[in-house]
Order: sequence, then structure tokens, then C-alpha cells
Amino acid sequence: MLKAGTWVEIEAVLLTPAERAPNLPSDTAQVPYILKLSGFLTEDAELGMEVAIRTLIGREHRGVLKIANPSYAHSFGATVPELLMIGTGGRI
Amino acid sequence: MPDMSYAAVLGRKNEIMKKALGINFEDFIQSPIAFDYERMMRETGYSHDDIVRIQTDSKVGNTPLFELKNLTEAVRKVAGPGKGATILVKDEAANASGSFKARRASISAFEAQKKGFQGLIAATSGNYGAAVASQAAMRGLKCIILQEVFDSRNVCQPEIVEKSRACEAYGAEVLRLSVGPELFYMALRTLEETGFFNASLYTPFGIRGVETLGVEVAEQVRARFKKDPDAVVITHAGGGNLTGTARGLLLAGCDQTRIVACSVDLGGLHMASDTDFNKKSFTTGHTGFGVPFATWPDRVDVPRNAARSLRYMDEYQLVTQGEVFYVTELLTKLEGLERGPAGNTSLTAAVTLACQMDRDQIVVVQETEYTGAGKHHNRQLSFARENGIDVRVGDPAGNIPGKTIVIPEHLGQVRGKVQDMDRLRVSYLKNAVKAHAVELWNENDYAFVAADLKTNTEWVKQALSNL
Repeated sequence: MLKAGTWVEIEAVLLTPAERAPNLPSDTAQVPYILKLSGFLTEDAELGMEVAIRTLIGREHRGVLKIANPSYAHSFGATVPELLMIGTGGRI
Repeated sequence: MPDMSYAAVLGRKNEIMKKALGINFEDFIQSPIAFDYERMMRETGYSHDDIVRIQTDSKVGNTPLFELKNLTEAVRKVAGPGKGATILVKDEAANASGSFKARRASISAFEAQKKGFQGLIAATSGNYGAAVASQAAMRGLKCIILQEVFDSRNVCQPEIVEKSRACEAYGAEVLRLSVGPELFYMALRTLEETGFFNASLYTPFGIRGVETLGVEVAEQVRARFKKDPDAVVITHAGGGNLTGTARGLLLAGCDQTRIVACSVDLGGLHMASDTDFNKKSFTTGHTGFGVPFATWPDRVDVPRNAARSLRYMDEYQLVTQGEVFYVTELLTKLEGLERGPAGNTSLTAAVTLACQMDRDQIVVVQETEYTGAGKHHNRQLSFARENGIDVRVGDPAGNIPGKTIVIPEHLGQVRGKVQDMDRLRVSYLKNAVKAHAVELWNENDYAFVAADLKTNTEWVKQALSNL
């Protein structure tokens, strides 16, 4: 059980494939249009439940509870050795 | 409860926009195509001095102009005798939020506060989101940023993840969306729900805000070199960077300076395709925006776009992803400046130009942006590998976007591809004719289109007859 006030991520389907914009490429047209959003849980809830959250600016949104305490894990990536030699050892 | 279907929301576009901007675009429209562009730009209500004052108050502008001496020397070693212009770079990463986009956001945020709006909204996956969020934060306004972040496999483009983080760090609500042009639909819905200000990239506020960049370039080059810049290279996507900078240069009297646009070539990749989304190693400054926006500016989220790049463009170069990553690494190693891909796109074209220009000439790269986790070129290249792109060292000529990224072996292999400007102009004319049948045009329309294409009415009429 996640307590009200926990920082979470929700997900919501905004448009089903049938409701999407016309003239989309076929790969895009066959998948739903999805929103992901973080905020504070307004009531105690379990993952997978339909919940409400309050965002950093105080707006309320509804969606399926996906992640507790979401974080950013983007990085500098696996080293690309091809870059290391540029500009060193006389290679310009 | 209003109808929230895609068609219904798009159908309410004009009324939503009018409320969310406070600009009545119809005041400026003259005939089917023509509108009074200069009056629209003037009647934003801000003088150049006002804009400088607002920007100084909001941690924007007066960024340093650096001479890239080591890179210039390296270029001179591969250039022909007497060739190798001095390369200068305007370090726009020094603005609050780390890019030139703060110049655009600063005036919108000031305007929103002046008009009593409670918050700002922008639909952008680029640096502009962080710029709006940062400006909103310092004015105590609320901010909502909408971004296209992930594909249907839930794989996020790392650079856009970094932008989500930055926007949230400044206290914004970040709506992270899957791939699709419905970003605009969601922006309209959100404007309608909240009554917030539309901090569109394409309003006169945004573009007037960039003019200070052009003026600063002119003043700084003159102060140091006692002459005007011979060429200014501008990374080109939606056209605002180029339009604003060129207008600023003209305002400062630099009417002989060559305005060179540069985009990364992503030819063949579809901008609305779920599968192509993560095959791109650049999220902006590429041909997917650069060409369509140049050849039909009014495709944007406001009825008349203040960013009209072909009005000011003298030349348009395309570079490959591999060339930009190579030059990014050279900037780091030779000049001790670690900066992001957007400004380094124009730096790549500047290398080509400097090779062709005389030694006593000056070429200015007018922006840098911050770099870091997600944005860094090492992450973009490792991400490309994870997505099946063949990353290798070699000659970038013949590179295929979405399949290969070829990092040049040496500086001599960095060579921008010059585009045929008349082909771009003809493409604009085709779009114009599609939007407004040529039978409805009057002399004013021909004159407007000629100005929009930096040409004359005779050329326009001749080109139309050849369509």
C-alpha cells in the first residue's frame, strides 16, 4: 500500500488508435496515444489502481498508478571508444 | 463538458489561441496570403530597449563571445592557401536554463505576467521547455510543459528525458507523451482547461526576444575586430533562431553579413513515426523541422508565424549526425568547452565555411547549449548502437540517416552539403498555392511572398508559371 502524499507516476490512454489524428504513419496509427505524469498521490493506493495525483503546480490528474517514487536514470551511456581518440594523439 | 475528441478540440483552435495569447491575428491579415509582418512584430508593445531590460532582469543575454583559436588553427591546416576564417562562438549556454531559448521565453513570461495570466504552457521537447519553466519559476508563475518522450516500447529518447528532468527541477508540471503529432491536440486541451498563456515558440514575443542575440553578436564582433561579421551560422529548426538573430543583425546595421542556416540531415526518417522516433540521434536542429518550417512557416500553433526563415536566409547547409558528434568532441578537446549538440550543429557548418573563407574573414556560430546526462554525444551514440544503428569511423559522405552514423576520420571529411535555395523557394510556393489558389492572389500577395522568399515579384511570377 502506498500512502497518500507519495510521489508517483501515473499513465493514461488519451486517445485509442481509432481516436487518433488522421494521416498518421501506419506504425503510429495502430498504437494508443499515452500520457505519463508524476505527482503526489491524493489517497492511499496500490500499484495498478486508477488513482488521482496532484502535480507540482497543484493540478489534479487521474490515471493508472505505475511507479512509486519515480526517478531519472538517464546517463552518459556506455563508452563509445571511437570518440576517445578524437582531438588527442594528433588526430584532428 | 465540451467535446474532447481530436477533431472537436482542433476545431476550437482559433478561439483557444485567441484567449491564450491576447493577439488578434486577424488585425494584421491583408489578403489571402499577405499579412503586415512588420506591424505585427512592432505591435508586440516592446521596444528593443524594453527587451534588453526585461532580459537583463531575468538572467538572460550578454553572453560571452569566444574566439576558437585552436579550432581555427586546425581548420587552417586543412584549408587552401590564404583560407581559414576566424571562428567565433557565442556562448549562449550561459543564459539561465542553459540555452538561447531563454531569450524567447523571457518576453513571453513577462507578457503573461503583465496580462495577469496564472501560468504558461509550451509544447516542446527541446530546450525551450526548460527555458519557459525557468522564466516561470523566477516570476512565480505556474508552468506546464508537454513533451514527446517515448515510443510504444516505452523507450525514451535520453535527451528528452533530460529535458523532462530540467523542467520538473524548475517546478513545472511535465506531461510526457508518446510519439505523435497529437502533442498539439494535448496543448490545446491544456490551454483550454487552465486558461494559461500560450508561450508558443512562434509568437512575435518569442522572435523579438532573439533579436538581442543578433545585436550582441554585431556589437561584440565590432568591439573586438573593428568590422562586421562576414557570416553568421545558425542552427535551423522551426526558424525562430534564424529569424530573430538575422533581424537583430539588421537592426544593428549588419546588412552585408551572410546568414547561413544549418540543419542535421535526417532525410528519410518520418517525424510522426513510432519506429523512426528512436532512430534519430538529434531531437531538434534537423531537417525534419528545418525544411517544412522554412517552406511553409504557418504550419505552427499560431495563425501567423513570426519566424519566417526564408526572409533572411542566404544559404542552407546540411550536415550529418556523425560530423556534428566529431566536431562536438573537437570543441571539447581543442577548446576546453563541453557543449551540447544544438550549437555544435552550426559549428560543424562553420568549419566547412571557414575552410572556404579568407583568413581575414570572421564566421560566427551564434549559440551553444549546455550538455550533460542524456544530452551528451556519448549517450546519443551509445543509444544509437542500442537501437541498431551502425556507428563507425570513416567518410561520412553517403551516410544514411536511421541506418548509419559515420564519424569522420579527420577534419578534411567535415563538409556541409549546400542546399539549392531556389528549390526551397519553389517548395514554399507549392505549399502556398495548396493553401490559397493562385487565382485568388493579388499584387499584395505576390509582394508578400517575394519578401518572404528574399526575392522579387518577377521571380515569384516566373516560378509560379513553371509549377
